[in-house]
Amino acid sequence: MSYNLPDENGHFGTYGGVFVAETLMLPLDELKEAYETQMRNPEFLAELDADLQNYVGRPSPLYHAERWSRELGGAQIYLKREDLNHTGAHKVNNCIGQALLAKQMGKKRIIAETGAGQHGVATATVAARLGLECVVYMGAEDIQRQAQNVYRMKLLGAKVVAVEAGSRTLKDALNEALRDWVTNVDDTFYIIGTVAGPHPYPAMVRDFQAIIGREAREQIQKQAGRLPDALIACVGGGSNAIGLFYPFIDDESVQMFGVEAAGDGIETGRHAAPLCAGRPGVLHGNRTYLMEDDNGGIIETHSISAGLDYPGVGPEHAWLKDSGRAEYVNITDKEALEGFHALTKIEGIIPALESSHALAYAMKKAPTMRSDELLLVNLSGRGDKDMHTVAELEGIEW
Amino acid sequence: MSRLSEKLDLLKNSGRKALIPFVTAGDPNPGFTVPLMHAMVEAGADIIELGMPFSDPMADGPVIQKASERALLHRTTVRDVIAMVASFRETDQTTPVVLMGYLNPVECMGYRIFSDLAGKAGIDGLLTVDMPPEEAGDFIPLLKQSGIDPIFLLAPNSTEARIKKVSAMASGYLYYVSLKGITGAGHLDLKSVEEKLGQIKSITSLPVGVGFGVKSGETAAAIGKLADGVVVGSALVSKIADNLEQPQVAHQEIVELLSVMREAMDKNGEEQ
Repeated sequence: MSYNLPDENGHFGTYGGVFVAETLMLPLDELKEAYETQMRNPEFLAELDADLQNYVGRPSPLYHAERWSRELGGAQIYLKREDLNHTGAHKVNNCIGQALLAKQMGKKRIIAETGAGQHGVATATVAARLGLECVVYMGAEDIQRQAQNVYRMKLLGAKVVAVEAGSRTLKDALNEALRDWVTNVDDTFYIIGTVAGPHPYPAMVRDFQAIIGREAREQIQKQAGRLPDALIACVGGGSNAIGLFYPFIDDESVQMFGVEAAGDGIETGRHAAPLCAGRPGVLHGNRTYLMEDDNGGIIETHSISAGLDYPGVGPEHAWLKDSGRAEYVNITDKEALEGFHALTKIEGIIPALESSHALAYAMKKAPTMRSDELLLVNLSGRGDKDMHTVAELEGIEW
Repeated sequence: MSRLSEKLDLLKNSGRKALIPFVTAGDPNPGFTVPLMHAMVEAGADIIELGMPFSDPMADGPVIQKASERALLHRTTVRDVIAMVASFRETDQTTPVVLMGYLNPVECMGYRIFSDLAGKAGIDGLLTVDMPPEEAGDFIPLLKQSGIDPIFLLAPNSTEARIKKVSAMASGYLYYVSLKGITGAGHLDLKSVEEKLGQIKSITSLPVGVGFGVKSGETAAAIGKLADGVVVGSALVSKIADNLEQPQVAHQEIVELLSVMREAMDKNGEEQ
């Protein structure tokens, strides 16, 4: 493909890079080298492929949501079913890859941060399977709202550490994981769950998630006979979106829409949409769009979905936005819930609240398109973990 | 010659080591900082590192994280910190002041505006923990134009090639982080510090300050034997946390601890 970012220092234009304390420079170099070596090692790639097939259950299906498409009265909607992966979301694609890399590098201990708990569960899962010690950092606030995932991680043998600092959410969990890493850098591998962090993480996580787009690109051509007209994916840190977008970047006819969380509405300030309403800055090892105050302090975000509740975004999305290759839009909590119910009632698929943002945008977009146009939506995760949140919001006892 | 280099040269020629206290500006309140800076100088501080509070202090332990949070409750901004130094400079034109913190608040202000205002206020150095030299190419020339030394970190796992690269871009002094970890953590391993400083000194003639793990007169003296400067942060800042209801007690305890460290470090010189 002709698209070749990032450059060797991890820059996507002015975004990305390596903004970390000195102690992390060497481990990041080692990681980069190990990653580049293993991605050329046929044995490593064969093991990764076998795990993705037999353990994760790939390829995930591409499903033509015919009834929903008909009801919306526009484009044909195809859903990439990442919700059917083992552990219930796309997160595991990346965890399998990074855990195999950790094993290759001889690291005995895995750490991770998690927001909604999906990445934590996926990390705890692969750590259990490989017999690695696993510590997951999670904001105390998120532990409250995702109790079920906390229990899953504990069952899987992970230690879940509640982070009480700052706003007690995902960004603070990331800070704490970085502090752990810098302290235990010799024996510890940090599995970052999204396409953020210092180089090589944004590129590496993208490459492990790109299987989503590679499969989807092949599947839609087989099923519909051509490339889609547009892609839609939700964007928190942005790993499922990049995973879908990346293999299509050179396909100029394919539009890309990243959907950020508008929370209570962009105009209220209570949202998690740095690409739509933030500005460039430096956080967690890279330069990207951030939600910050006038003095460069990071501000608290809000979204119904813990997985999108993050004040930054992967640097490649920042580049895709500025270059105009992708367009970033936003969906409120309320609209996301409408997407959640629509897919559940019409197609019998209960989506994660994160993915519901992508679905809600598809509900807006599809009717503006012709019925022979194709809209490919990443259904990045399933909604089991969100039952409690939705029931509580809607006043349903269970 | 910059105020920092001048000070460090002077100390070297008199056989003394630099005592470098760190406190977070605006902690526990904005009025506390400037009088404390003057008092620290009286207690024997040679250079002052002043923390710029940030919402996400990734490289700091709980003590300095909380100091940042307290300062941010008073909305202490980078501009406020610069104003504090300007106020300090009204009566002290000789003690170098280094601002220390994270890149985002500085980048948000703008590299050029920051360099300009900080230089005019009499700030002598900038250490942004999450800006390695590789990412500082645009910023260093602006800092230098304003007479501000860019100060960078070295760590126990910095390779020889990196020590060369970092020291080529740094000026003023290098800050050697004595252990792999966050501020306020762990115990000093003096032997490994000695070995690493030997390697660093064989590569660069820049003075080297050592921080992380300096908690007492004893540890300050031990580091003072090895390095050109001794940085003490969490041990001082914890005095503030311990006396939130009585900031004047914190002020006094910080001054006392620094005096103890000064005395212990100066004894080294007499023994030699």
